[in-house]
Amino acid sequence: MILDLGAEVLAVLRRNPLRTVLTAFGVCWGLLMLILLLGFGEGLEAVAVKNFARSSTNSVFFWGGRTTMPYKGYRSGRRIAFRMADFEAASQVPGIDQIAARVQLGGWRSGNIVTVGTESGSYNVMGEMPEYFDITPVVWEGGRFLNVLDLEEQRKVAVIGTSVKEELFRGKDPLGQAINIQGVHFIVVGVLRSSRGDERGDRENSTIHIPLSTFQKAFNMEDRIGWILLTARPEIAAGAMEDRVRSVFMERHGVHPKDVNAIRGWNAQEEMERIANLFLGIRWFVWFVGAATLLSGVVGVSNIMLVIVRERTKEIGLRRALGATRMTVVIQIVSEALILTLLAGWVGLMGGVALVEGVAAWLGPDHELVGSPRVDASAALIALVVLVAAGVFSGLLPARRAARIHPVEALRSE
Amino acid sequence: MRSMAEPVLQLRALSKAYQVGGRPLPVLKSLDLDVHQGEFTSIMGSSGSGKSTLLNVLGLLDRYDSGTYHLGGVLAKDLSERRAAQLRNRMLGFVFQAFHLIPYKNAWENVALPLTYQRVHRKERYRRAMAVLERVELADRADHLPGELSGGQKQRVAIARALVSEPTLILADEPTGALDSATSHLIIDLLEEVADEGRTVVVVTHEPDIAERTRRIVRLHDGVIADDRLIPRRERSTPPVDATEAAR
Repeated sequence: MILDLGAEVLAVLRRNPLRTVLTAFGVCWGLLMLILLLGFGEGLEAVAVKNFARSSTNSVFFWGGRTTMPYKGYRSGRRIAFRMADFEAASQVPGIDQIAARVQLGGWRSGNIVTVGTESGSYNVMGEMPEYFDITPVVWEGGRFLNVLDLEEQRKVAVIGTSVKEELFRGKDPLGQAINIQGVHFIVVGVLRSSRGDERGDRENSTIHIPLSTFQKAFNMEDRIGWILLTARPEIAAGAMEDRVRSVFMERHGVHPKDVNAIRGWNAQEEMERIANLFLGIRWFVWFVGAATLLSGVVGVSNIMLVIVRERTKEIGLRRALGATRMTVVIQIVSEALILTLLAGWVGLMGGVALVEGVAAWLGPDHELVGSPRVDASAALIALVVLVAAGVFSGLLPARRAARIHPVEALRSE
Repeated sequence: MRSMAEPVLQLRALSKAYQVGGRPLPVLKSLDLDVHQGEFTSIMGSSGSGKSTLLNVLGLLDRYDSGTYHLGGVLAKDLSERRAAQLRNRMLGFVFQAFHLIPYKNAWENVALPLTYQRVHRKERYRRAMAVLERVELADRADHLPGELSGGQKQRVAIARALVSEPTLILADEPTGALDSATSHLIIDLLEEVADEGRTVVVVTHEPDIAERTRRIVRLHDGVIADDRLIPRRERSTPPVDATEAAR
């Protein structure tokens, strides 16, 4: 009986091949898009999560801002600049795991000309504390990092990012070599590479780190610092830690407790939540677009089935006269819609998987933007379930129409 | 040659009215009719006489208001949609003016169609379809699509389809309406043979010369039976062999 039905359905669909193919294309395309979006979305998300997982998820950064409210006799619009005393005070706040101060030559994101022999380039030059590298994860490519003695003795040593090494040393071993930063020579003691693949990672790789004390003396910075970085103990949320430390700074600088712009801050928890929300949004969007495309395919199938039912009014009337019940007719029409949808969807599904796998193979493993795109077995399964539901759904309306056909009227001779 | 056995088709005071503008318009007015096994009967009437409605009632395609309709001893009244479909499938064979063959199915598949609704297996369907196609002398066209057959051949395939489930009653609605006169007579010959073999055949027609070829004419006028007469058996108008050639 099922075989009979299948053969009958295929015969009907084969009668008008072009129309069948065009109708099927809608569903096919819908599923293809869904699979492609899901596949690449998966890859993108995996890359973002991996980038993020490498940096401490409980880190907090602070830098000075400008007041926007008058308070305790101070006027509004006053610049807040951190000094070492702020760092010392922050260090006393309970709940801190690691804390470091840093300062950049020329200010935030300004490049400085650095030369080695005849080579030169523009890089970020940072005064650093050893704890920095416990807060920001990096990979060592050689040498050592700055230590406590470097700071105490104000040694003229430097740790350089891997881009600096490649551009200034041209493949030569930089360890023990001197680099010239605004007329001051520093000896390279270590090379590092960021473990992040994004823009922040690039910046890290173009940075030269020198001891904070050396930096302050060599570049006449007194005890000024640009940033205070810290990580909270695991049991304390980064957001809570940020609030706790900020209130210490506000107290010290005479800032109104509600003046949020005076002491600027960033914490990884917020960032992580933002990324999580972003990908949740992307995921919803992908399903929405995929489902909408699929829905338009379903409407197409439904529409064409209505046309088929109309064309076959006489045939359906005849079948009813010969003993088909309404139910038989409904089953037949729904089966036709279902088989059409399933065949088309199957082609789309396979095409999508093949495309995703093909692109993944072509890009190679762990592409920096999309990672390794892949189609989740569960996503494909859900897509298939959606497809079956879509097929049945697209057949229901035409089937209802077919069931209402009255044999007498259908068979009446013109 | 009516037998004294129970009639195949029995109407008693059968009435039906359509609602037109909220008022009942009687179409069939208390009909009484007995048709026995092996009879070859025609129902005649002009349009509006109620003959189409009667055909639909006899074919279990439409309901009636009052009276009784016994088909093969079964009271066919207020049937469920499922039961009506089942009775149509097992007890009735339809022949239509426009043939109503399914265009994408070949001759034997069309003939076998009623059997699919009896859940007969494909092999058995083929065997039985071929047997009746043999009977209507079209076994050699079994694999042809309707589009490849002549009008007479199509109607013979349709008659084969009506015969395949060995029904109690064959209802033919203007079976020659779409055919030329030579072919028409051939089709009537075939229906006559079917009746001679013991099947009960009712032909609905408005053509007097077709009606004259049957053995009983029931004339319907304004929803009542105006006339019901038997026609003496006579010789065929054309020799069967020539007629078969003409239809090919």
